[in-house]
Amino acid sequence: MKPVAAIVFKDIAIEYKNKEAFSSMLLFGLLVVVVFSFAFEGGDRRALAPGMLWVAYSFAGILGLNRSLSVEIDNDCLQGLLLAPLSRGDLYLGKVIGNLAFAVIAELVILPIFVILNNLAFDVTLLWIAGITLLGTLGFVAVGTTLSLISAQTRMKEVLLPVLQIPMTFPVILSAVQATSLVMSDDSRGISFPLSLLGIFSTVYLTASYFVFEYIVEE
Amino acid sequence: MQPETLALDSHKIEKKFGYAYAVRNVTLQLRRGEFVVLFGSNGAGKTTLLRMAATLIRPTNGTVCVEGFDARKQPEEARRRIGFLSHNTFVYRDLSALDNLRFFCRLYGVPEDEGRLLQILDRVDLKRRANDPVRAFSRGMQQRVGIARALLHDPSLILLDEPYTGLDAKAAQTLDDLLDEAAEAGKTVVLTSHDLQQGLRSATRAVILDKGSIVHDSPASDPAVRSAYARYIQQERTS
Repeated sequence: MKPVAAIVFKDIAIEYKNKEAFSSMLLFGLLVVVVFSFAFEGGDRRALAPGMLWVAYSFAGILGLNRSLSVEIDNDCLQGLLLAPLSRGDLYLGKVIGNLAFAVIAELVILPIFVILNNLAFDVTLLWIAGITLLGTLGFVAVGTTLSLISAQTRMKEVLLPVLQIPMTFPVILSAVQATSLVMSDDSRGISFPLSLLGIFSTVYLTASYFVFEYIVEE
Repeated sequence: MQPETLALDSHKIEKKFGYAYAVRNVTLQLRRGEFVVLFGSNGAGKTTLLRMAATLIRPTNGTVCVEGFDARKQPEEARRRIGFLSHNTFVYRDLSALDNLRFFCRLYGVPEDEGRLLQILDRVDLKRRANDPVRAFSRGMQQRVGIARALLHDPSLILLDEPYTGLDAKAAQTLDDLLDEAAEAGKTVVLTSHDLQQGLRSATRAVILDKGSIVHDSPASDPAVRSAYARYIQQERTS
């Protein structure tokens, strides 16, 4: 696991120095939450809030993935990683853990702002939403790390990533929105279904990407 | 008597991109300690051949073994023995030269002895700038960090894909010195080049590639290399 940790710490060190991925994710996520909060001021905000939150997470996440990969493309650094004596799966895991850490930290800053702007209570519901956020983000980042690499090999990388990412992670986002809705409605009886879907999709995406990554980076 | 383990053993390798062959039926066996220069024009297949040897891309057909390790079955063992340098440096601009080397030490499982790392940076004349971010370096200095990265884990097979591209005189001289040292230490070096004089400077064997196939393979000291190269250049100009 040493090379995996080396990749994670390298990403953290780069982010600590340039602060590009985290600041852009955070700023964009907060802007989406603020704009949506004002846009739906008169309506049933509670019903729209979960969708609003996951739209903010999704677009902020895509920004972070784009930034994370551009670090590896600059100077062809990805080739340097591919030359190292570690399996492609471990390389993928290192990148996923780094991307997940940045996304979750940004989301944990966005979440309290979302709660304040939507007049929600800081209670156990927030912990539930934080848990759903973690699970949903895992699925999102698991597939996003692979897709960002595919899109990076094309000329339209900034456009192609969201075009591929959003349909692919649609089941994850939909399940996460449904689970968040149920938690916020104080009637969480049916929550096991969206949570199970979220868990299944996140596991499948993570496992499939781990094994497929080798073929994507070598061709 | 046991057969000698070859530094690089590529057997009938081919690489197709779509319907086009980049490398076609190439068998190239390098003994330990050989210094081989690969000549060929753009699109001749030099880079593809080197990238297959470095396990960066898979051959469509054929096998590649590095120091006896099959690049497909034991890729990590093969990669541990390879140092690869191209005109791209593969180093992170936001990290310092020293931090870049520390990171690659962790990836290769090499001890992160700071004294040794500073010694390597001193060898490429960057010790005084060890803690400066690579972003602040000139192109030549970045390339010298790249040279340090490629040789950090003491590879036995050094693959260089047109490494002189974009190098300033100082970096080119540093690279020449390091390659001479590597050759003296018995390491195997494979270098791709367009430049006959530069390519033959330290080489013991010269190979010319054309349209993905080997069209000439002889000792570098053989006068036939120059005539084969001249003939090949002439063909290139007329075609």
